[in-house]
Amino acid sequence: MKSIDSYLRTRFMPHIWCPGCGHGTVLNGLIRSVDAVGLNKNELVMVSGIGCSARIAGYLDFHTLHTLHGRALAFATGVKMSRPDLTILVPMGDGDALAIGGNHFIHAARRNIDITVIVLNNRIYGMTGGQFSPTSGCGIQATTAPYSSIDQPFDAVQLASAAGATFVARTTTYHVNELEQLLTRAIRHHGFSVVEVLSQCPTHFGRRNGHQETVEMLRHFKEGTAKVGSRQLAEQVDLIPRGVFVDEERPEYCDQYAEVIQRAQAARAGGAGGEEPQ
Amino acid sequence: MSASGSTATGPRTVFVQGNEACAEAALYAGLSFFAGYPITPSSEIAEHLSRELPARGGRFIQMEDEISSMAAIIGASLTGSKVMTATSGPGFSLMQEALGFAIMAEIPCVVVDVMRGGPSTGLPTQGSQGDINQVRWGTHGDHSIIAITASTHQHLFEATVRGFNLAETYRTPVVVLFDEMLGHMRERLVIPEPGELPTVDRLRTSVPEGVDYHPYLTREDGRLPMSDFGGVHRYNVTGLYHDMWGFPSTDPAIVDDLAHHLHDKLELRADELASVRTYGMEDAEVVLVSYGSPARSARQVVHEARLNGQPLGLLELETLWPFPAGVVRRACRSVRAVIVVEMNMGQMLRHVKAAVDAPERVFLSNRVDGRFITPRDIRRVLRIVEGQGE
Repeated sequence: MKSIDSYLRTRFMPHIWCPGCGHGTVLNGLIRSVDAVGLNKNELVMVSGIGCSARIAGYLDFHTLHTLHGRALAFATGVKMSRPDLTILVPMGDGDALAIGGNHFIHAARRNIDITVIVLNNRIYGMTGGQFSPTSGCGIQATTAPYSSIDQPFDAVQLASAAGATFVARTTTYHVNELEQLLTRAIRHHGFSVVEVLSQCPTHFGRRNGHQETVEMLRHFKEGTAKVGSRQLAEQVDLIPRGVFVDEERPEYCDQYAEVIQRAQAARAGGAGGEEPQ
Repeated sequence: MSASGSTATGPRTVFVQGNEACAEAALYAGLSFFAGYPITPSSEIAEHLSRELPARGGRFIQMEDEISSMAAIIGASLTGSKVMTATSGPGFSLMQEALGFAIMAEIPCVVVDVMRGGPSTGLPTQGSQGDINQVRWGTHGDHSIIAITASTHQHLFEATVRGFNLAETYRTPVVVLFDEMLGHMRERLVIPEPGELPTVDRLRTSVPEGVDYHPYLTREDGRLPMSDFGGVHRYNVTGLYHDMWGFPSTDPAIVDDLAHHLHDKLELRADELASVRTYGMEDAEVVLVSYGSPARSARQVVHEARLNGQPLGLLELETLWPFPAGVVRRACRSVRAVIVVEMNMGQMLRHVKAAVDAPERVFLSNRVDGRFITPRDIRRVLRIVEGQGE
């Protein structure tokens, strides 16, 4: 593998993340997976929204577009539609992807446009100081839930699957090898791919919810999750499943639009390809 | 479109809606990517482009809302495409945040707002000019923006092409504004031959591969050469205040420089960007100032007044923002009265008053009932101003 530094904009270090944050681990796994796929940096576009997760884009030596809260997938759709040959990576936070950006998330999945989304799920709004998010779940202490939260959580994997994503997986920042492998598969997948990564926010989530130490949060990822299809998961239904949930082939959006162009041009040329629409 | 042979060369005469004229002009200017969401009264632009763009190898996408439409065209512009979206008031309100992003990150793009009555859902099928100040100040923070309009399909065609040229030249969003009446009215349009109207492509960097490229280092002439995403220069684009590499910065000197740059690059060029049309202004003693479809009625009033020997003139604004204050001041310097003719509660009136030497002599002729302002409406105000009563 090429050196990690060759993928980083070291000029912009140090990064903004807190000690113990899981996002650096995801950045590491992402670089390893990009290296494994063997992509040229000039062909890589990373589009991000707003939040701690979105700052990944700035540190990577790709074409990087740091956009608006929740809208990364809409910007990314424009990039991909006009340059379908480019590889698009979109890191998003749980609030970014599933609250303010929820509509763009499900519609990008529905189109099956070839974009790889990494949802860094730390169950909290970290950058704004620890407000509860759509993945916090009930009974969580947050700065906007001082009497503990009553909001039911979203399951990012189920949402992406139901919306039509053709590759859906979940892992954690504890399972670093699995993280690299899943991201590699997601990038290689031709279609809309979602990898949810459970990531720790010791500063804003852990501290208020009984996890004083990062190590304790990582242990929770290790002990609180199990592989899809494993006996452990069958026996302990309250564990969070990890692994690949969806991996299927469906027509990709830009490929389909290439066919629209062919039909339109055939109609215009008066060829056999189609008739001028009325 | 009555004439669908759009691959033909040479001027074509067609009988079309203003919306179609705008869409055809965008294609003429080199549009290759459009994203939009259905909304009355602008949907015909999306419909026309969904049919024409793929036939010319371009791309059209119907997004899930106006927020994502605006975002998608910014993404596409960064790859080097000429881009546009089209909407009306409610959709334009939703686009404000991303419009601000395009201003901050200096992304060339064209946004069409076919105005209907507002606020809120308002009058979806009827005309208005209620968005004039929203276009200027709709997105938060200090900024500048270009907005242009026209009153006939032929002029709208030219204005739209110019809108693309300005967006590409100044790396800024340009809003093409017109109202439902012009959007839905059919009239004759002569589509110019290729090359007849100038079309401008963005300046691209000559910095070779391997040499440090500074996407946000302004040249002496104020311009910033771009590099397409997917090319050899990899850089960061952000809505945060940023340094010459596009990396976020809170350094007061960098923030101050960028804030001034974003403001000055357009505001200091207000005269250069000003586009106006004049009718009977040579010796006018009373001047109508109008823009968009009300200027059609104003033109008729001037035409009739001149037949009767009355020294009435029309200053028709085609550049709305930056406001052509210098042009307005000079045109109205020695006149007895100025009447601003517009379909809102006087949104341009206050800017005309601020521009001229004698604001107490500036009056308003307006309608806000969704109906087209008629020559008779204007003549009634003219008589009152002239002291002739009703």
